[in-house]
Amino acid sequence: MTVTQSSSPANSGVAPGRGRRLLSSFRVLFDRPVTAFGTSIFLLFLFLAVAGPWLAPYGSNEQIYSDARQPPSLAHWFGTDQLGRDVFSRILYGSREVLFEAGLGTLMALFLGMTLGLIAGYRRGWIDELLMRFFDSLLALPALLLALLLLGTIGRSRYSVLIVIVIVYTPIIARVARSVVLSVREKAFVEAAQIQGESSLHIMFREILPSVMPALTVEGALRFSYAIFLVASLGFLGVGVQPPSPNWGLLVSEARPHAAQLPWSLFFPAAAIALVVIGVNLMADGIKRILMGER
Amino acid sequence: MSDSPPVLDITSLTVAYENEDVWQTAVRDLDLRIEAGQTYGLVGESGSGKTTVALAVMRYLGSSGRIVSGSILFNGLDMVALKEEELRGVWGKEIALVPQNPQSALNPSMRVGEQIAEILRRHAGLDRREAMARAEELLCMVRVPDPQRVLHSYTHQISGGMQQRVLIAMALSTEPALLILDEPTTGLDVTTQAAILDLFREITAERQTAVLYVTHNLGVVSALCDRVAVLYAGELVEDARVGELFHFPYHPYTEGLLDSIPQIGQKKTEAILHAIPGQIPPLGERLEVCVFAPRCALAIEECSTQRPDLETAASDHQVRCYRWREISRGEITTHQSAPDLIPVQSPGDGETVLLTEDLKVYYGLRRSLTEMLRRQPGRVVKAVDGVDLTLGKARTLGIVGESGSGKTTLARAVVGLAEKTDGEIQLLDMQLPAGLSSRTLDTLRHVQYVFQNPDDALNPHMTIGQTLQRPFISLLGMSSKEAAGQVSEMLRIVRLPKSYADRYPNQLSGGEKQRVAIARAFATSPDLLIADEPVSALDVSVQASILNLLNDLQNETRNSLILISHDLAVVGYLADQVAVMYLGQIMEISDAARIFEAPMHPYTEALLAAIPTIDPDSAVSHQEPLQGDVPSQIDPPSGCPFHPRCPRDLGDICRTEEPVWQENEFGDRIYCHIPLGELQSVQQMLKEA
Repeated sequence: MTVTQSSSPANSGVAPGRGRRLLSSFRVLFDRPVTAFGTSIFLLFLFLAVAGPWLAPYGSNEQIYSDARQPPSLAHWFGTDQLGRDVFSRILYGSREVLFEAGLGTLMALFLGMTLGLIAGYRRGWIDELLMRFFDSLLALPALLLALLLLGTIGRSRYSVLIVIVIVYTPIIARVARSVVLSVREKAFVEAAQIQGESSLHIMFREILPSVMPALTVEGALRFSYAIFLVASLGFLGVGVQPPSPNWGLLVSEARPHAAQLPWSLFFPAAAIALVVIGVNLMADGIKRILMGER
Repeated sequence: MSDSPPVLDITSLTVAYENEDVWQTAVRDLDLRIEAGQTYGLVGESGSGKTTVALAVMRYLGSSGRIVSGSILFNGLDMVALKEEELRGVWGKEIALVPQNPQSALNPSMRVGEQIAEILRRHAGLDRREAMARAEELLCMVRVPDPQRVLHSYTHQISGGMQQRVLIAMALSTEPALLILDEPTTGLDVTTQAAILDLFREITAERQTAVLYVTHNLGVVSALCDRVAVLYAGELVEDARVGELFHFPYHPYTEGLLDSIPQIGQKKTEAILHAIPGQIPPLGERLEVCVFAPRCALAIEECSTQRPDLETAASDHQVRCYRWREISRGEITTHQSAPDLIPVQSPGDGETVLLTEDLKVYYGLRRSLTEMLRRQPGRVVKAVDGVDLTLGKARTLGIVGESGSGKTTLARAVVGLAEKTDGEIQLLDMQLPAGLSSRTLDTLRHVQYVFQNPDDALNPHMTIGQTLQRPFISLLGMSSKEAAGQVSEMLRIVRLPKSYADRYPNQLSGGEKQRVAIARAFATSPDLLIADEPVSALDVSVQASILNLLNDLQNETRNSLILISHDLAVVGYLADQVAVMYLGQIMEISDAARIFEAPMHPYTEALLAAIPTIDPDSAVSHQEPLQGDVPSQIDPPSGCPFHPRCPRDLGDICRTEEPVWQENEFGDRIYCHIPLGELQSVQQMLKEA
């Protein structure tokens, strides 16, 4: 028997409707300078990824033998590599590859993690225990090591990298989703739905999921930035996508032996990776501040 | 009243809070004087600014709050001008605060004794051993039964009532000149509250402490305070001695507040409750007019153009209203002219809606490793332990009891949210299985539930319209188009405008949310509605309208109602029958009118005696408040579960033998060893005395 005096109408946590309003307009991401900066970087790379093939002055694997090993110039903004390929063009094509793989992988992991997290958190019992112990064992391995192990078994290709992202990130996202579900399922509105004979499916996806979305959005944005890094790292290690793909990590690793003579072919892809990861990270941080009500 | 200077002297205090770079006034032009030995009540709803006043006096406002103007003199000391380090010498030593939530005010990682000793070492300069000895004395003074044990306990090991006593002991440890109590009993059971109020009364009288008592509970004010100030939307609207204010309120708001709470013994068949329409204006929407005018039945044109001054109506009685003279002469009143009598319900044709037989809900605790190794059975919490109930059509059953009595679990077992362990639940002609998952949609349709906290009961991500459609779709199998057509009808029956269908819950006030929750419960026209503390999270002025609504709906749809509340007056107002629960068992189940007239069971008697009434002249209860806390449900006392706290304990028989049910000529039943006749004659004697 607790007597609660509702002290203020504004409850802690995400104000409903507000989250909806906030996300419906992209503009709020430009309210804070730092977030605006991160979002701009992300949007720039997104634009490059979409429009890359039309913007790029040369093909992704086009070799201009006469212009090999050139420093940055008007003709080749970022110079050319040891085989005479235009670094700028390759970065443009690479952004499509990197953002697409990281983005699609993260979305798939989000969907899977969300579903499993909802089931585990709402159903509890043996299914929760089983899923969580399995995820624990996956999380026990460092992400990169797990990725290497997986790629060793399923072979190296674009699709394997996608599968790796999903397997590495699903447990993390599922855990986040589950922890929110655990607190939301105790709320009276969930019990009210149960009394009204709503199906578990309805309760999980219609009643509970909207309250989980803010946390999932934040986690997804963060995972996306790590996924970009993972795609690049796997490319660099040579276990992901294979040459002659313009994956940025692959560009860095190919440029490494010639770093002393052709520093630009190493610098620009590395800078692209750093920039986009920083940008997405700042954006994710901004989303978190908006959705979680931290200002 | 003495001529000595007041302990606390607040003059035209104005406090503002910053909200998105705008300073909004929360308390305005407040004057207040508290003398030594005086207990001053500061009453208001949430949003009235009462806590802000308390915080301003302490200079605890924080960075978003600011004292804009006015002065606060404490024993001649200008509190507004003090620097932080000077304040530290005053805090705890000369002004002490007892906050509402003891759990968060105590340090969970320190033993209780150390926390009390810390203050004594800092302010009284005692050494470690002296401080501990003094701490023990203080705990004895606040009547902690086992001070040695409490001294060495951590916060979580003692009950809420005990925590509050510890905080009071801490506040009193330095013999402060001013004690500020911010809703100190709001989270506690009535029995604990009664004991704590007794304690305050005794201690402050003895030491001549000035007390500022902040609360929303008028009953507590009338039981404890000498003077009372009524605050509304940051303004002092009325200030008078307690007796005068309760008998001759001059301000329409005060009048409304006093009318909106049901009195013990007041029945729904006699008069409806007077609700105050509308709600308190939010910060930033308080203009240079009478702030109460929009909700006032007596408002005239002047009220919404100009701000009334605080006038002295009689010696020691101040009021801020243009029409107080007419009110004082009895020419106008907020009482509705002809009290709409509620049609007396026919007692029903005796058809039984709900029947429980020997209903038990046990929760198994996980076995500890030692228990497993020793092959002991796991311990169980007996939340509900053998309850027999019968509820007829269109009847209302009130369930009361302290926390831990199992009243909520009982209700949850009926609706299926808690799984019964044993026993029968029969609804109409259906036997209800234990859990929700094993009940058919057809049974769910017949019993619905209204939750305690309306903020929690509605999905924040669904519009009101979406929420109200769901029961039609899920329980009645309508298409979503048909269901959408029902929404405005549902809003109508709970007296909300149609336009609310498109709103989200955060755009509604607490009372409005509770109306939506009630509408949802009535969507399927249930035969049985269970309302679990439906008004305890709401402000006093809103409670009445929700109770009236529940009553009206029952008259229209003839549903049966189970009303759970810790507030006996609320239960007494709505219920036809009252069940008193203690430790999972029913102690007494009697007709509502008779139980308040002459309670039979000693526990019922103690509960009733513990309630502070808002009639300041009524004799202070003739009975000592119940001592101790509700025992653990894991290991309930043998024999009669109430015997350890029972003031009429008969001795061995109560300790060893379970009582038998006794029934009087009207069908009221009690679970007690003392013969019925004896209990009835005791009540007879008390009444005559």
